Amino acid sequence: MYTFKHGVHPEEMKELSKDRQIKIVKAGKVLVFPMQQHIGAKAKPCVKVGDNVLVGQIIGEADGVISANVLSSVSGKVISIENRLVVGGQKVESIIIENDEKYDAIKGFGLERDFNTLSNDEIIKIVKDAGIVGLGGASFPTHVKLSPKDPNAIDYVLVNGAECEPYLTSDYRLMIEETETLIKGLQCILKLFPRAKGVICVEDNKKDAYEKITKACSTISNIETALMKTKYPQGGERQLIFAITGRKINVSTLPADAGCIVDNVDTVISIGNAVCKSTPLLRRIMTLSGDVYNETANLNVRFGISYQEVIDAVGGFSTSPEKIVSGGPMMGLPVFSLDMPVSKNSSALLAFSKDPLSKEKETNCINCGRCVSACPINLLPTRMLKAAKMGNFDEYIKLNGPECITCGSCSFVCPAKKPLTPYFSYMKFAVRGYLNSKKEAKK
Amino acid sequence: MELRLNVQSSPHVRDRISTSAIMLDVIIALIPATVWGLIKFGIHAAALVVISVASAVISETLYNFAVKKQNTIYDLSCVVTGLIVGLNMPPEVPFFVPVVGSFFAIVIVKMLFGGLGQNFMNPALAGRCFCLISFAGFMNNYTSRMSVDAYTSATPLILLKNGHEVNLLDMLFGNIPGTIGEISAICLLLGATYLAAKKVIDLRIPITYILTFVVFIMIFGQGKTTNVNYILGEVLGGGLIFGAFFMATDYVTSPITPLGKIIYGILLGVLTGIFRLFGKSGESVSYVILISNLLVPLIESFTVPTAFGKGGK
Ligand code: SF4
Ligand code: SF4
Repeated sequence: MYTFKHGVHPEEMKELSKDRQIKIVKAGKVLVFPMQQHIGAKAKPCVKVGDNVLVGQIIGEADGVISANVLSSVSGKVISIENRLVVGGQKVESIIIENDEKYDAIKGFGLERDFNTLSNDEIIKIVKDAGIVGLGGASFPTHVKLSPKDPNAIDYVLVNGAECEPYLTSDYRLMIEETETLIKGLQCILKLFPRAKGVICVEDNKKDAYEKITKACSTISNIETALMKTKYPQGGERQLIFAITGRKINVSTLPADAGCIVDNVDTVISIGNAVCKSTPLLRRIMTLSGDVYNETANLNVRFGISYQEVIDAVGGFSTSPEKIVSGGPMMGLPVFSLDMPVSKNSSALLAFSKDPLSKEKETNCINCGRCVSACPINLLPTRMLKAAKMGNFDEYIKLNGPECITCGSCSFVCPAKKPLTPYFSYMKFAVRGYLNSKKEAKK
Repeated sequence: MELRLNVQSSPHVRDRISTSAIMLDVIIALIPATVWGLIKFGIHAAALVVISVASAVISETLYNFAVKKQNTIYDLSCVVTGLIVGLNMPPEVPFFVPVVGSFFAIVIVKMLFGGLGQNFMNPALAGRCFCLISFAGFMNNYTSRMSVDAYTSATPLILLKNGHEVNLLDMLFGNIPGTIGEISAICLLLGATYLAAKKVIDLRIPITYILTFVVFIMIFGQGKTTNVNYILGEVLGGGLIFGAFFMATDYVTSPITPLGKIIYGILLGVLTGIFRLFGKSGESVSYVILISNLLVPLIESFTVPTAFGKGGK
């Protein structure tokens, strides 16, 4: 079985929602579309207040090489363009659309297409127009990922179905419910990389999904499946590539440098939908789980719907939560308001009656080395924390701190409850600033 | 519904393990050796252990009170320190000795350097060595009122040094003179197994330590290379098992890097071999660990592991 070294085993908690079929959430009256739902440059609004828009219409245009289109998920009228709060805590320029509930779509929407009749450039253009970004959390524009310098140097297309974060079950549901589209999507990608083989990678706590996919792709010569050990962060890009190919990348190399393209399950399905069914990316699948929902669920949510509406769709909370997390518990962002739109980077909405962190008492670091044995990147988190706290950037860099993937494993295992990962997330930016100022000082 | 949400950043879940749970495990692991010591040496020894632990807890409380800090005794690390100081006492020392030992360990070695995790020497061992220097007469007297035979008050290491054979079974089970907690190899190994099974200690240090030591005395033991009685006697005697599994593995004062742990174990083994073969004192293990503690920052500095994807394995 495929795996990587180190890592941790948080309680899986997937039973809470793994058997819930994906349900569609009805959109409300008003939807909000932030122009920044991806890594890279903000999209530029290309509609005005008062304009009528259709389902699938581009309302924000990719601006620059690394950027992505934003599409309307409903038909209706643009009522405002203003700054709105998003999950990260920033205010981002957003287009507000009033839903006319007619769901009139753009021309050609939903038409079946055979990917074999399309050229590679056409496929990449479709992906770009469809506004597809990585839906595993990083939200990197997919059309950029699919255009490496040398497509012939790619020999692996890895579909990340690890879903190694606890609680999350949306990728699992997709693998079971949309197996065909997943394989179609992968075939579209493989068409771009003639020398590559596609591998769909699934953790062994999702054996039924693995078996279903294995059966479905048994007749396709360039697609395989791989069963991976259930361990966090098995779905981390670097860990996944290492587990399957034995190759290693670091912070300054790309998967393509190791001959790999890695895409998450929902991303590949979105490519399949866009290319083969002329359906651009208008929704995402979200897991609603935790101990306070009246009903846990896996939901198909149109972008622009507010978190509050999503929660109401499953009957709300039984008791008031103390913590809500957008994404998985290991790397997700804390939510402080429910008046925010579902966007491409909101993968789950977990709600907990008790925040396990609020009761924890921090002690001095006892140098136990648990963080060291947990770190998938082979770092010394406790030493990095000391360097970070003292603002000693040179030491932090010497300790390879910038290689940290902020996976949370070290914080998870620390008996002294040290805030390791939060510091490292902060240092990601701080180190960049430090290096820049050093460069300038040299000039 | 009015929501008041916590917003600490990720990860939002934590393992159940805590500092005090780890310390509790160490205490549990020391119970067999402690109980055996009390059976062997009687009520005075029991009182010594209790006094030692109590002094450690009281010292830490008073210190925290004096510097107006929150009391840190609940992390249980002072109980572990006090217990180890007590278990390192010969059975008949006067009661004030462990009081001094624990006070020195907690206040001078640990708290003055910033408390748990900040000290660079193992507090319990430093406490013991302080007593050895200050009260050499008491600390080197292993006679016990529980055994009247003067011959048995010679520790196995002295017997070996003088060319005698030792009774290995007695050493294994703990029918020998020595400090309260170090005499029964079986009891100590039982505790060590528990710690290893619960992943509290990493066996890299004790295993390399003992193996290196064995190899060293086989090479330099002058004609005793194949003398099984001698070699096993050296391993089971002089608190080596106690030191290797319970003191050399102290988190704070041993290297955190995987390679560093191995180098540290080798260093301990070689130094113990040198002290045992060429030195006079039977207390080599304690001194060796303390000396090696001082080299830990150096060992760590050249064993920083290669980050994933940065060349090498
Ligand atoms: S896990 Fe926590 S207590 Fe242990 S060495 Fe790392 S930071 Fe220190
Ligand atoms: S957050 Fe960074 S330092 Fe901590 S385990 Fe993950 S990669 Fe290692």
